[in-house]
Amino acid sequence: MSNVNQRVLPGFRFGLSYVLAYLCVLVLIPLAACFLKAMSLTPAQFWAAVWTPRAIAAYKFTVGASFIAAVANIVLGMLLAWVLARYEFPLKRLFDSLVDLPFALPTAVAGLVYSSLYVENGWLGQFLVPLGIQAAYSRLAVVLVLTFIGLPFVVRTVQPVLESVDAEIEEAAHLLGASRLQTFLFVILPTLLPAAITGFALAFARALGEYGSVVFVSGNMPFKTEIAPVLIVSRLEEFAYREATAIAVVLLTLSFLMLVAINLLERWSARHYA
Amino acid sequence: MSIVVHDISKRFGNFQALDNVSLTVAGGSLLALLGPSGSGKTTLLRVIAGLESPDAGTVHYEDEDVTHRAARDRNVGFVFQHYALFRHMTVFDNVAFGLRVRRRPRKEIRERVNELLHLVRLEGLEVRRPSQLSGGQRQRVALARALAIRPKVLLLDEPFGALDAKVRQELRAWLRRLHDEIHMTSVFVTHDQEEAFEVADHVVVMNQGRVEQVGTPQQIFDHPANPFVMDFLGNVNALSARVERGRAVLGDWQLDYPEYPHAESRQATLYVRPHELELERAPNGVPSLKAHVLRVNPTGSLAKVYLDIPDHGIAMNAEVSTARCAELELRAGDTVFVSPRRVRVFVPDAQAPEYVI
Amino acid sequence: MHKPATNLAAKSATPHRIAQQDPAIVRWGLTLLAVLVLGVLVVIPTVNVFYQALAPGLRVYWDSLVADRDTRHAILLTLTVTPIAVGVNVIFGLVAAWTVARFRFPGRTVLISLIDLPFAVSPVVAGLTLVLIFGLQGYFGEWLREHNWKVIFATPGLILATSFVTLPFVARELIPVMEAIGADEEVAAVSLGARPWHLWWLVTLPNIKWALLYGVILCNARAMGEFGAVYVVSGHIAGKTDTMPLRIEKLFQEYNTPGSFAVASVLTSLALVTLVLKTLLERKTRNDLVAAAAEATAEGNA
Repeated sequence: MSNVNQRVLPGFRFGLSYVLAYLCVLVLIPLAACFLKAMSLTPAQFWAAVWTPRAIAAYKFTVGASFIAAVANIVLGMLLAWVLARYEFPLKRLFDSLVDLPFALPTAVAGLVYSSLYVENGWLGQFLVPLGIQAAYSRLAVVLVLTFIGLPFVVRTVQPVLESVDAEIEEAAHLLGASRLQTFLFVILPTLLPAAITGFALAFARALGEYGSVVFVSGNMPFKTEIAPVLIVSRLEEFAYREATAIAVVLLTLSFLMLVAINLLERWSARHYA
Repeated sequence: MSIVVHDISKRFGNFQALDNVSLTVAGGSLLALLGPSGSGKTTLLRVIAGLESPDAGTVHYEDEDVTHRAARDRNVGFVFQHYALFRHMTVFDNVAFGLRVRRRPRKEIRERVNELLHLVRLEGLEVRRPSQLSGGQRQRVALARALAIRPKVLLLDEPFGALDAKVRQELRAWLRRLHDEIHMTSVFVTHDQEEAFEVADHVVVMNQGRVEQVGTPQQIFDHPANPFVMDFLGNVNALSARVERGRAVLGDWQLDYPEYPHAESRQATLYVRPHELELERAPNGVPSLKAHVLRVNPTGSLAKVYLDIPDHGIAMNAEVSTARCAELELRAGDTVFVSPRRVRVFVPDAQAPEYVI
Repeated sequence: MHKPATNLAAKSATPHRIAQQDPAIVRWGLTLLAVLVLGVLVVIPTVNVFYQALAPGLRVYWDSLVADRDTRHAILLTLTVTPIAVGVNVIFGLVAAWTVARFRFPGRTVLISLIDLPFAVSPVVAGLTLVLIFGLQGYFGEWLREHNWKVIFATPGLILATSFVTLPFVARELIPVMEAIGADEEVAAVSLGARPWHLWWLVTLPNIKWALLYGVILCNARAMGEFGAVYVVSGHIAGKTDTMPLRIEKLFQEYNTPGSFAVASVLTSLALVTLVLKTLLERKTRNDLVAAAAEATAEGNA
């Protein structure tokens, strides 16, 4: 069917040209500009820009906080997926829709409300601060808001898999003498693992680039709660374009690696199910 | 180990799946639950396994009442229609599963799995995944997995339904041989009459949640209890006739039927099997109907003859040996005379059909 | 990066009889836990936005939104930038889906990955690249200054930044649906003599309308909420280049809590509306996909 279409259906040449042109103008050229600018630095200058103590702290914090948030998302995401896929309870449809709110909500709003919830007189902060838990303007705050941002990813990749688990598989395990826990651990969980890992990678990648919400809740303290994108903006505001670009290139490389990893993961898990 | 099912009823919403079903499966026998979709046969199997709990009635294994025992405590081997193999596990791990959850020692597990793979003729495939196996192989893995835990009872839900005709034939024969070897009480569900008759010691014909007939394949074939069974067994001519004054009448077929001596004429159905029809070029003093040959279809050792009886607007199939067909020089368009060697008469609201001739 | 696509998962005919065998305490325990998690992470923040916006009273709320000139401008700016960004990406999405779903050509997979690229790029980096090109010291900076065109620190920059970030949304919804539906109807139309515009308007578009709408809604939500890229590109000159999310940040910096929450509440309401529409449309697109798949297998078996 494939190549027949080119001769039969119209619009291939035009379509391809348009798409390529659009992508060039909007995506490829800007990204190329980034790398071009970075290349205008000598390797020594580049290194000096991207490997300052402040930058290293920013990378560590960005990757660390994103990782922890993504791990939290696996746990919480699987819990939510399990409950939504298997149990019935009042207002379930409402809760199912709410899982997608982090997709739809502007990150600035998320940042704004999270920062005000956990301060000393906030709705939740009033309970947590006396316990010594600082969930505003701290590292915990960043992890918390990144968990919010990434919440739908694991849920929405695991939920369909759970829903399509054949009841007969569980019956077979049951008849063979497995307890509910054994059935879950040995039969159900392995089938969820590929989806959970994909969801983790998606949540992780999302968190790496997140700016809007973190800027509100972290306090942006260098060496403590400064994420890499904030560092880039700082450099920009100092008009240190080349340094900002250098750090951006590091971030871009990391993101591209994540993109490749996710594609490989999805292909691997597709094969796993063939 | 025998299974006794007594007065089992089960409904799903508005649908009565089982209606007062009672049944005994003798220890060591191979029983088929035969019936169309919706007859309740799978539900009954699942009740026996403990996957469904009945609304009423009891299930006994030997003398033990297991009606309310959880399925995993019943020690039954169950083979699902679509195998339900664990996709992410190898063949070995699938078969070993039941033993692993019982925490059997590794050595014992390995020996038992190898023993079973040998039994089902799948040695060498231990590390394959289900996706790398053919349908027939998957079915045998499912069987090995069910047998691994040494169940007292083997239950199979349409085990060959999802396979090609040829593989089905092979596995049927193989299952029968296996049963002869291990003598485990086994019950399998099927909608295929040929399969049930070929494999099982006893057959239970079910319809709409009730048992229509129980017996050996021969018994059921020779003496179907009612029109449903006769129809379901298939391959029978069902003809409208009348009964009165001790006779069953269809045109020139005037047959003795002393069971209905009354004067009042009643509607009845005659069931004649194709191979129980006699064809002649001329009536020989036997009550025969004049028929028109529509088509002759030679199939191996038998020839199927499609007949039309214009006087009564009936169509009939007959089966004669190829030799007889050649003898008569039967061709489409010929006129022949048909008489029945054996007929079953069924009068609605009467008891079991009676046999004449 | 990507949003997991609407899924064709076939639910088992017997909906989880076995799950009922989970002991009640496990069921209710897990359910309560899930509700708690969702409550703390999602529900409480949402309610809090409205609380904080409305607590000072309706008069203050209204004034924050309407009386404040800069906030008014921010709202208008968002309502200008968003439709344009969504519009260009709808056109792109339609063309890209047509090209990718209906044709096979070398480099097709690379093209699909390129479409996904904006998901992988941090918004701040996106904004930075635009500054590098169009900024005063950028590659086109001189040229723009000569022609007296402003891109960075002006609306065109905002539009570009928002378009970059929301580029994949419409395309990613359309491509799977178009692939599932297949080219048969369109090939038939061409064989009956349909011209391209007839073809697309009468045959293609009706089949993908729900997926298109779904993509537009997601694209719109993202465009309105975009912060990072716009932050870098705008120069945040209040009253001139602040969109609504940037306005929230500015009000926040000025400790104007009622103000920032008022604007936030508007955006949150929009997000909730998006969710409702999304849920309604999800069912429709899923039905389309399932019906298309069923038809395909039926034809395959015929």
